[in-house]
Amino acid sequence: MTESQSLWLIPILPLIGAALNGLLGRRLPKMAVSAIAILSVLGSFLWVMKCLSALGNLDTPHAEHYFTWIQSGALEIGVDFMVDRLTRIMLLIVTGVGLLIHIYAVGYMDHEEGFSRFFSYLNLFMFFMLTLVLAKNFLLVFVGWEGVGLASYLLIGFYLKEKFAGDAGKKAFIVNRIGDFGFSLAMFLIVITFGSLDFTKVFEAAAKMPVEAHAGILTAIALLLFVGACGKSAQMPLYVWLPDAMAGPTPVSALIHAATMVTAGVYIVARASVIFDRAPIALDVVSYIGLLTAVVAATIGVTQYDIKKVFAYSTVSQLGFMFMACGAKAYSSGIFHVATHAFFKAVLFLGAGSVIHALHGEQDMRNMGGLRSKIPQTFATLCFAWLAISGVPGFSGALSKDEILIAVHGKSEWMFWVGVVTAGITAFYVSRAMFMTFFGEYRGKAHPHESPLSMTGPLWVLALLSAAGGYLMRDLVHSIGPETASHGDHGSLEFIIVAAGLLGIGLAAFMYLMNRGLSQSVAKALGPVYRLVYDKYRVDEFYDAALVRPIQAGSESVLWKGLDVLLIDGVVNGVGRTASAIGGILRRCQGGHVPSYATWIVLGAALVLIGFQLVGGGR
Amino acid sequence: MIPMPNLDVLGFLVLATFAVLCGLSVILQKHAVASALSLVGVMGSLAVLYLMLGAEFLAAVQMIVYAGAIMVLFVFVIMLLNSGSERPAKARYFAYLVGIPSLLAFLGVISFFILKELPNTSSVQFGAFTQGGPAPVGRLLFTQYLLPFEVTSLLVLIAIIGAMVLAKKEID
Amino acid sequence: MMLPNAVPVSWYLILSAILFSMGVAGFLIRRNIITVFMCIELMLNAVNLSFVAFSYELKKIDGQLFTFFVMVVAAAEAAVGLAIILTVFRHRMSLEIDDVSSLKN
Repeated sequence: MTESQSLWLIPILPLIGAALNGLLGRRLPKMAVSAIAILSVLGSFLWVMKCLSALGNLDTPHAEHYFTWIQSGALEIGVDFMVDRLTRIMLLIVTGVGLLIHIYAVGYMDHEEGFSRFFSYLNLFMFFMLTLVLAKNFLLVFVGWEGVGLASYLLIGFYLKEKFAGDAGKKAFIVNRIGDFGFSLAMFLIVITFGSLDFTKVFEAAAKMPVEAHAGILTAIALLLFVGACGKSAQMPLYVWLPDAMAGPTPVSALIHAATMVTAGVYIVARASVIFDRAPIALDVVSYIGLLTAVVAATIGVTQYDIKKVFAYSTVSQLGFMFMACGAKAYSSGIFHVATHAFFKAVLFLGAGSVIHALHGEQDMRNMGGLRSKIPQTFATLCFAWLAISGVPGFSGALSKDEILIAVHGKSEWMFWVGVVTAGITAFYVSRAMFMTFFGEYRGKAHPHESPLSMTGPLWVLALLSAAGGYLMRDLVHSIGPETASHGDHGSLEFIIVAAGLLGIGLAAFMYLMNRGLSQSVAKALGPVYRLVYDKYRVDEFYDAALVRPIQAGSESVLWKGLDVLLIDGVVNGVGRTASAIGGILRRCQGGHVPSYATWIVLGAALVLIGFQLVGGGR
Repeated sequence: MIPMPNLDVLGFLVLATFAVLCGLSVILQKHAVASALSLVGVMGSLAVLYLMLGAEFLAAVQMIVYAGAIMVLFVFVIMLLNSGSERPAKARYFAYLVGIPSLLAFLGVISFFILKELPNTSSVQFGAFTQGGPAPVGRLLFTQYLLPFEVTSLLVLIAIIGAMVLAKKEID
Repeated sequence: MMLPNAVPVSWYLILSAILFSMGVAGFLIRRNIITVFMCIELMLNAVNLSFVAFSYELKKIDGQLFTFFVMVVAAAEAAVGLAIILTVFRHRMSLEIDDVSSLKN
């Protein structure tokens, strides 16, 4: 047992920042608000560094117990934090990327209303996210899990005056409820099965259980956990909230809906890898869902015109890749992709934010173009991310994506090929976005201007990380878990993957640089298929027709008019009417006439005396 | 030979009869002044009964404070308000139909209690208990019961002020 | 007619009960507020009698002291009560208890 590292300081610092900004922020100048926000995250980043350097290479996880939270029979749940190699990566990503995005947000949010409110929420998010990754038991993870959901809800609906923002926030919250439901059920099953929620105890006990060839209790737990992960990490069929979540400010999209929160699902699957390893059926489900999500989201991304929507679907798609890795038991590759994705997707979003900032709120790529020369720094940094996500060798995205696809190849050949095609599509739509935004002639009306240093600075740091971060973190990540297949010789596979990425870029260049208008004719040629994809496979409409409307109709006719009005109101009003009727009789006693009151007293006295007599005399 | 009736017994019976008759008169007289005078009769007979029970001091206080001061106050108010006979009002069925039977039941049960639970009470003899004089009463009042006594003085003060405030409204 | 040789204290108690009941009956059936008030005094007197009777039975004068306090309270009550009656009369020009029904409903 190593000495205490005061891990609690890591999440508490942003909480203090959130409290200060939330309570006093209105009265503080913007300088002070940004200083509080940034310094709290910086403090927690430095504290992470200090703890990690003190803890060394973490051969054994470092755990700290603070106090017992819930004690019920044999079940004891404490507020425990721990750091192991998985947590280490997550901590670095969350505090590091979080710090950069905080700095970026100071510049981005400069002109917005609710400056202090924004940073209060953002710091609150950091608190919950750090709680989530530090927690040593499922319930504490759930606290963070729900907390980041809350912060996400608050930040998606940050623009209080916009109805769509509020609707998007509610959508995110409600869809996440489904996932949380799964997570809660998983926790109940874990308590029943293992009698504890503590990671160490649960995983030790689970490690002794055999691999379930047929669905058993571990499969059930794993699948329920995965339902939770699906909600938080926007997988099929619960991904619909994430594209809408782009209604929030762009730094939020970058931090919460690309880099950190949405990877919580991957984190929990990796964390519970012991359980998933023993539930092959669940692993298959994870793989299929991940693959399906990757393909669907990638194809939708091809057709979108809103720059943030493109990157949102890209996020969904990349999350699908991470789950594919988990499904192939390559958890460390999944987490590796979490890390690299955090870098390059943060750049993509922050860069998109910079573009939007430069164009005064324009998000439609049809009204962009030729921005290369007008905002060169943004363009340059975005290029790094573009090449990274496309899988161009030498950039970190290629490393993790290669690992994932190679691991998938070990699991199933056809999934590998679908994954490769999806990687190609990924390269295609990101390139498309880049070409539409930065090349050609400028099609908009606003006058673009380069973003301030507080925005370009973090962009550059993240851009360099999306190039080199993969090499920096590779060993750190691979220390997590079982050896992955990537160490073998997979030259041909890697070649195929790289080729797919370059093919995607080339096709995009062909369609959007050399032959403008070709994309229109292709879209026309594909006709209904294009329309279907452009409408995001009409999943929202399907949910609306299949779920929302029946629920609404049921709520209205059965719950509201039937249950509420007839039954509950009937009972309530009936009680009221009965009371009023009894009161109508009883009020005759309250005639206001003193003698009648006296009569009651006499009657009562007589009855009490007679009662005494019946009970057995006055003694 | 006519047995010489015991004076204790005779006195009680006479006084009790007188008290009950006066009490009936209180509640049955139509005119308030007549009721008040009947009440004085009740109080007077009770004063004598107190005397027979050995409460000399109380008997005197009963006559002076109750039959004297309080009843004078009553008569004064009756005169002031010039309250004549009650006018015949609507019958109060509820009070008659429920109240009186309950009252009779109450009386019956409590008498039954007294006779059943206290079958062997000591017989009253004039002069058998002589602790009710002013001296023992005063001694107890200013030692053991000093605090309640002072509190009652406060109570009386409050009553005086309250009565003045209530009655003063007339002038405003 | 045979008279008993002595009067037990219980007779006094029964007399007290009878007087009390008459007070209650008067309270119930009379309509003049002042008469009703006198009925209350009658009840208080009846209770006093039972206190004194118990004092005799127990050969302790605490009961008499209690009676004393009751008298003080009765005096205070009479003063305030009569003042209230005056006010009520001034307000409503009536001494009918049935007319005083502000507590209704």
